[in-house]
Amino acid sequence: MKPEDALLAYTLRLGDTALVLGQRLVELVTHGPELEEELANANFALDYIGQARMFYSHAAALEGAGRTEDDFAYLRDGQQFGNVLLVEQPNGDFGDTIVRQVLFETFYIRQLDTLTRCSDPGLAGIAARAVKEIRYHLRHGLQWLVRLGDGTGESHARVQASLHRLWPYCGELFAGDDVDEIVGTHYGGPDLSAIREQWEHEVHALLAEATLEVPDEPWMNAAGRQGVHTEHFGYLIAEMQFLKRAYPEATW
Amino acid sequence: MYTQGLDQQGKTENRRDSLETPERLEAFQARIDAEEKIEAKDWMPEAYRRTLIRQISQHAHSEIIGMQPEGNWLTRAPSLKRKAILLAKVQDEAGHGLYLYGAAETLGISRDRMVADLLSGKAKYSSIFNYPTLNWADIGAIGWLVDGAAIMNQIPLCRCSYGPYARAMVRICKEESFHQRQGFEIMHVMANGSEDQKAMAQDALNRWWWPSLMMFGPSDKDSKHSAQSMAWKIKRFSNDELRQKFVDVTVPQADFLGLTVPDPDLRFDETSGHYCYGEIDWQEFHDVIAGNGPCNRQRMETRRRAQDDGAWVREAARAYAAKHAAKAA
Amino acid sequence: MTNQEWPLYEVFIRTRSGLSHRHAGSVHAPDDQMALDHARDTYTRRNEGVSIWVVRSDRIVASDPAESSALFEPAEDKIYRHPTFYEIPEGVENL
Repeated sequence: MKPEDALLAYTLRLGDTALVLGQRLVELVTHGPELEEELANANFALDYIGQARMFYSHAAALEGAGRTEDDFAYLRDGQQFGNVLLVEQPNGDFGDTIVRQVLFETFYIRQLDTLTRCSDPGLAGIAARAVKEIRYHLRHGLQWLVRLGDGTGESHARVQASLHRLWPYCGELFAGDDVDEIVGTHYGGPDLSAIREQWEHEVHALLAEATLEVPDEPWMNAAGRQGVHTEHFGYLIAEMQFLKRAYPEATW
Repeated sequence: MYTQGLDQQGKTENRRDSLETPERLEAFQARIDAEEKIEAKDWMPEAYRRTLIRQISQHAHSEIIGMQPEGNWLTRAPSLKRKAILLAKVQDEAGHGLYLYGAAETLGISRDRMVADLLSGKAKYSSIFNYPTLNWADIGAIGWLVDGAAIMNQIPLCRCSYGPYARAMVRICKEESFHQRQGFEIMHVMANGSEDQKAMAQDALNRWWWPSLMMFGPSDKDSKHSAQSMAWKIKRFSNDELRQKFVDVTVPQADFLGLTVPDPDLRFDETSGHYCYGEIDWQEFHDVIAGNGPCNRQRMETRRRAQDDGAWVREAARAYAAKHAAKAA
Repeated sequence: MTNQEWPLYEVFIRTRSGLSHRHAGSVHAPDDQMALDHARDTYTRRNEGVSIWVVRSDRIVASDPAESSALFEPAEDKIYRHPTFYEIPEGVENL
């Protein structure tokens, strides 16, 4: 694979991950546990949709084939989306949502942080903006994690169960392929095994603070980056893409 | 947006002042007539307080329930730009509901109480949100017509005699200025788009036109709260005045879009300079208010579920705070 | 139900560096840290702030409107505290 092809694939995967998680958060609108959280959730969703648009626009520029952000979002099929599987998991209850956010964002912030120093100026610029957004998401998400973990008996049990449900998807975050490798070598992209070590260290400490146990579930085999999704995903993109695809000639 | 707390502090003090003597009522009205703002801790007649609580909480509930019809299309927005815009708008509605609950709280009612009144059906919200959003042009029509009508209602409220409400409305009006424009833009693009899109735009106008006119409330001759609210400067224009103003500005916009307003009696009257419009179906209005619109039950059910599903979360945060406050003490 | 509500906080925002914090509104939050987040998410959506203060509403001590004549009117007739009270002869500058 040529380095520029790897960079394009890598950028699209970032866009896909941001878009799919943004879409999941959008589904939560009007379902928040309190009005103030409704506002917080919408801010997070807006950040992710904004990030997806930036990654896709950059991908369009890298590709140079005249495609737009919407072509990437709306006119590709499921197997062409390279998001990690953790982010496409259904929202579940508020505990599931918080756990999904925390597990992903403790990884994502490190990925972005490295990318702010990568040699592709476009990607570095997007990462520099995104990393600030995610820093705030994490601040908020971690506050919730300890409040749910160390709140009531019910909240503790619920969030511990969420953790068990979502834990198996975490392994994939660190299972890079040749795209990650090439972007690492040629553009200074992140070293996933190094991130894994920091992530495990941090997540274990966070869970301890939240009085939660580190799940003993093994990490599953997953290939979201290569376009092999969970069954939930088909419904997510069917809903997202329906209108655009039903009237392919229309502009909106 | 100041507080229950403040209000409670003054309570013992206020008790001996709470008698509504003619002198006191007269002095209150004189302040209103002099365009002075009434603030949370100021003496006010009980009926003024009750009227404001009813109106502000109703307004807040409308913002919150109003998130649902638009929220219905968030996951299906046809471009990422439109998705982001719509999400920002729906989020603003949550914010506006929050500001308004805050303004009502200054009058000594809790948000919990107001939400409970909404869920029990005791409190009302704008009937418009009990209509369904069936195609993407509905998102345009809501911005253009529903927000357009809301702005007509809301701009005079920025000068309302109750300070916390007036200040909340200033913030809300400022933030909402993009809402109507984004709606008109959607209508404009669709009305100039494919035949399918044009049909969607016309269909949306057909369904939203009359409910939008109903948003201004009953005709002046049937409006039971109007006269007193005008005297208190909670309200500055009558329902019919605002409705007429809305029709006058909106019909030319529909013409510009090349869409047909679904009113065979609509005509421009040269002598008055106003559009004359057909009879509103007040039976429909009262049915929807009474809970029998197309979406009343669904809207309440969604709200109730969010409230119930969030109970353990709110509880956990309280428990954590109590634990840690105890530790710190 | 009422006493289960999260407490109310008043929110003050500094809109630009160099300006004072100004009352923006209120939020409910379970504790101080969350109150800051909620204030941020509610009142700075349009880039309105560079700094936030939050304070529990029930911790604010406020003057009583019934006492406002005693508190504020005595200052009304101290007009000599204002520069316009003084007559300066024509031609005198830098004063």
